[in-house]
Amino acid sequence: MVTSWLKERPLLNDMLVSLLAVFAAFVVGAGLLVLAGADPLVAYRPLLLGAFSSRYGITETLVKATPLLLVGLGIAVAFRGGILNIGAEGQLIVGTIATTWVVLAFKGLPGPLLLLLALAAGFLGGALWGAVPGVLKAKIGANEILITIMMNQIAALLLGFLIRGPMIDAEEVAYGTGYPQSALIPEGSWLLRLPQTRLHAGLLLALLAAFLVYVFLWRTTLGYQIRVVGTNPQAARYGGISVARNLIIATCISSGLAGLAGMIEVTGVHHRLLDGISAGYGFTAIVVALFGKLHPLGIIPASFLFGALLVGADMMQRTVGIPAGLVNSIQGLVVVFVVSTEIWQRRRA
Amino acid sequence: MVEQLLAQGFIIGVLATSIRLTAPMLFAALGEMFAERAGVLNLGVEGIMLMGAYFAFWASFTSESPWLGLVAGMAIGGLMGLGMAFISVNLRANQGISGIGIYLLGWGLSSLFFRLTFGAISGVAGFQPVNIPILSAIPVLGPVLFQHNVVVYIALLLVPLSYVVLFKTTFGLSLRAVGENPEAADTMGIQVYLIQYVCVILGGILAGLAGAFLTVGQMNMFVDNITAGRGFIAIALVYFGRWSPYGILAGSFLFSIVDALQMWMQVIGFGVPYEVLVMQPYILTVLVLALAVGRSGGPAALSKPYVRGGT
Repeated sequence: MVTSWLKERPLLNDMLVSLLAVFAAFVVGAGLLVLAGADPLVAYRPLLLGAFSSRYGITETLVKATPLLLVGLGIAVAFRGGILNIGAEGQLIVGTIATTWVVLAFKGLPGPLLLLLALAAGFLGGALWGAVPGVLKAKIGANEILITIMMNQIAALLLGFLIRGPMIDAEEVAYGTGYPQSALIPEGSWLLRLPQTRLHAGLLLALLAAFLVYVFLWRTTLGYQIRVVGTNPQAARYGGISVARNLIIATCISSGLAGLAGMIEVTGVHHRLLDGISAGYGFTAIVVALFGKLHPLGIIPASFLFGALLVGADMMQRTVGIPAGLVNSIQGLVVVFVVSTEIWQRRRA
Repeated sequence: MVEQLLAQGFIIGVLATSIRLTAPMLFAALGEMFAERAGVLNLGVEGIMLMGAYFAFWASFTSESPWLGLVAGMAIGGLMGLGMAFISVNLRANQGISGIGIYLLGWGLSSLFFRLTFGAISGVAGFQPVNIPILSAIPVLGPVLFQHNVVVYIALLLVPLSYVVLFKTTFGLSLRAVGENPEAADTMGIQVYLIQYVCVILGGILAGLAGAFLTVGQMNMFVDNITAGRGFIAIALVYFGRWSPYGILAGSFLFSIVDALQMWMQVIGFGVPYEVLVMQPYILTVLVLALAVGRSGGPAALSKPYVRGGT
């Protein structure tokens, strides 16, 4: 009876399978910790409970869920359109660069206008960075996975170059400290925050984006075309849908959302450019998107879950000294298990 | 600046370094070539290399033998190859995404194990360069070609060996048949799944060896994310080399010369920012990927899981 009830709710059913995959990943992770000579129980307590043990943990979970949600939505759009965009990390970085640059260049403008400008800059910065693999894939069939990964490296190096060179904070140079970071952006462009926390209005923007992505993919012609191209490019071609055009649009929306996440990290959290500002969100968001079955309704809870995991990882590293690398391993296992169990989910074609 | 670039010492240095840098690229790319020729796209090479790098470091640190390090790297690589084969052959998982999973796993685990077992930066002796008698004394050619450690020569010898295996043996014929048309190969009595398993495991072993070379043959230490994308670049080189050993050799040389050049320019200091120099190999790889397509298709059944008896 339960199974037939679940069969009518495929998304829920698939997410339960995903949960099993996460559980399996934690079990295997425990085995690996034992191999490395660490006690899994000591490691998992802060990892799993850390996020829920305090007000700080809960708000930080939401702070981390925000970019994960935005980037995860973007990855879902790309994957649905048949593009394996692994370049969100780089697209997010370019989004932070474009945002910071624009906001610093026009800092005289009033706050709301500046924020709108930042929004456009972040989205366009990411979209432009993603357009390179998108166009190369659509026009000549170049492998987008490898190109996006290369462009992640290039973006990280570009960021490093900019905050040590052209964009370094003038005060860092004046005081001779030379810490690699940009100047602070004007306070007018900071996103509203809940007092005494880092939780900012970006979360609402990300939730709005989830709604918009849902409407786009399932309620517009363009969204429909993108999904057809992703599932069956031959049929799309016969139906008169331009595969190349839709591939490019899907990639640009996907990378634009990653760039938007970058904009939110700058205006909501850091208020400047820093090394490591992307914090691996681009990769974790792949796990989030897959776990959420490439559907906004799945990706929202997935982003909270993995946001909590990232907060827990910080706590684990601080309190019991187990490196946060454990979380990367678990995420890798989740990806492997989720795609491996798809063979049992293909009933509805 | 031009004078410095043209100085004989600089050119010899760049060429000698590039030969050494070719070794890990060859191991990883030739291994990937076998997997892809059998129809399996293993995108987890980067993660397998990282695990190979860590285990080779750990084994040669504890045993003080770089050879045992290589063996350990190959063993973990083979094990991960086995996992990848199971995922792609039996479970028929999407090979693009599962490869990214293996990458995240290898990246996370190698970093976790290193922090838990070593904690801080430490070194190993690693392989020492060997001066080949007589030949190493030849001016220019000697230091460029004949003063490397023994593993570099193993990597170079692997190129003709792979060529023979791929094109002159029954096994090579079978694996190419599997990658082109698994249904036909199956009809002819070739064990498709077995061949795919063997090739993916072989690719894993070679990727592990490539990672091991980084820690015990090149840098003599382990750092987080020591591969820095080289596993993915190796896959790009397979495309560039059109799935043939000599094409891969040419691609590896091209890549390694650019990499060696930027390293030497860092050492000498031309006033070009460090990040801009380090970026060059990645930019080259994007160009290579953009230019390599359209010339040759590659194995027809690449990354399409084979279902016996049809779907």
